[in-house]
Amino acid sequence: MAASVHYQIENVTKQFPMRKGTLQALDPVSLEIYQNEFVAILGTSGCGKSTLLRMLAGFTAPTTGQILSHGVPITGPGKDRGMVFQSYTLFPWMTVQKNVEYGLKQQKMEKSARAETARKYLNVVGLDGFADAYPKELSGGMKQRVAIARALAANPESLLLDEPFGALDTQTRSHMQELTLDVWRQYPKTIVMVTHDIEEAIFMADRIVVMRARPGSIKEIIDVDLPRDRDFYIKSDPAFLDYKRHINELIYEESLKLEQEALGA
Amino acid sequence: MKHPNKRVDATTSALAPQGKLSRNVYVVLAVVSFAAVFAVWALITNLGLVNADFMPTPQATVQSAIELFTEQHFLEDIRVSTYRVLMGFLISAVIAVPVGLLVGAYAPVNALIEPLMSFIRYLPATAFIPLFILWIGIDESEKIAVIIMGSLPQLLLMVAVDTQKVPHDLVEVSYTLGTKRSLVLWKVILPASLPYILDSLRMILGWAWTYVVVAEMVGASSGIGYMMIQSERMMVVGNIFVGLLAIGLLGLVFDCLFKLLDKLLFRWK
Ligand SMILES: Nc1ncnc2c1ncn2[C@@H]1O[C@H](COP(=O)(O)OP(=O)(O)OP(=O)(O)O)[C@@H](O)[C@H]1O
Ligand SMILES: [Mg+2]
Repeated sequence: MAASVHYQIENVTKQFPMRKGTLQALDPVSLEIYQNEFVAILGTSGCGKSTLLRMLAGFTAPTTGQILSHGVPITGPGKDRGMVFQSYTLFPWMTVQKNVEYGLKQQKMEKSARAETARKYLNVVGLDGFADAYPKELSGGMKQRVAIARALAANPESLLLDEPFGALDTQTRSHMQELTLDVWRQYPKTIVMVTHDIEEAIFMADRIVVMRARPGSIKEIIDVDLPRDRDFYIKSDPAFLDYKRHINELIYEESLKLEQEALGA
Repeated sequence: MKHPNKRVDATTSALAPQGKLSRNVYVVLAVVSFAAVFAVWALITNLGLVNADFMPTPQATVQSAIELFTEQHFLEDIRVSTYRVLMGFLISAVIAVPVGLLVGAYAPVNALIEPLMSFIRYLPATAFIPLFILWIGIDESEKIAVIIMGSLPQLLLMVAVDTQKVPHDLVEVSYTLGTKRSLVLWKVILPASLPYILDSLRMILGWAWTYVVVAEMVGASSGIGYMMIQSERMMVVGNIFVGLLAIGLLGLVFDCLFKLLDKLLFRWK
């Protein structure tokens, strides 16, 4: 890939102050993410995936090191980096339609164009019928799909996804994976996605970053050398299964380490 | 609205914690509690268990009410008291809501105002009556000042807490969607905390009634509180009861209005 670098993560660490001492959430992490690349981050729970994503979003600053976007240090959140959170973050006082329109409204898009774009993305995530519903009337998976539609509709240069499909059933989940890839192909953008699902990572990403258990750091980066026009059937391709086996082993090693640590302590 | 499912869920059945009650049963129980208090009152007074000089029978109270309304312009007292309460309440709200929002949202404003208000709110508003009479006199503004003194600091602090209830996630996500930092208070924090603020306003309006009555008992010539203190001097206990009932009923009406407003405005809750 001859693309230019979008994000440079340079020796980034993160500590959180605790009641006693500090918690080392991330050991030094260095990573370059290219323009319009799809990167997936895998790792055991608590290894600092969300923390890394939050630093990319600009919500929290690295303790040491720095993160550059197009060569400029990230100092705060911005509309160039859309985000789908692990938790539910729809605006409860707005209908589903208004939620999806929100980003477009901030961009001063004209009202009818806004409504049309929102409808299009609600259709993409399969929630046409719920435009006038309020978030409290939706299931967890539906809320998450609206959040995805809201982030996609704003069409940011980059998307940060924190387990966006975690609350979805298997069918909806693979459907959403394909839809997200479709949107990404149509509107290329740099995507960094945290997930627990190895298959999902291989299916969607150009590169997969596997992290060590806490304190997190990069264990291995895997280039997913599969054709980019992936469809459902690739999931049973021998090459796909090889990746899966390999990553499974890496994750297993890490969880074993956690287990031994717990026994030793 | 008809319920499609008449069966009761086990965890929200009437007697379970956090359980639900059908609207009809709710109304019945509420009426029963009113009726019970009324019955006890009617019984002990009519059976002569208490001295009629100190507690009137319901019949005597009705008689007092009729006299008050027809001969002693009680309606005017009610109007005056309501006016004072609403003025004091509105002035408090107009100041406390925006400042409370700023206190809740911005740490420096919080540091400047929150500790000061926490101090002031512990000073009993009623203790300011002598001072206000000295400063302002005994006209309307003095009564309203007492209400503001009692309501504003409380309301301001409550609104600040309401604002802080808004999940930080919502603020963060709004930034990623292009909300400007200077507008996030207006676009996210205010709408998200509005239902809580309305509830705080409802509470404060209730307290405002307490303050107005006390203010009217000192250096006043009209109002429900004035009528009550006069009746005490002349030993007309029935009038005092009418005053109490009037305040209770007015409070109930305003409470219902707030609840209605909540239903109308916050369908999303
Ligand atoms: N704001 C915070 N204050 C203190 N500690 C934090 C904070 N945020 C995260 N941590 C700690 O940092 C570590 C990494 O957390 P993080 O949320 O990044 O994990 P994660 O990899 O996203 O886990 P999961 O897969 O369960 O979502 C955890 O040990 C967590 O307790
Ligand atoms: Mg996480």
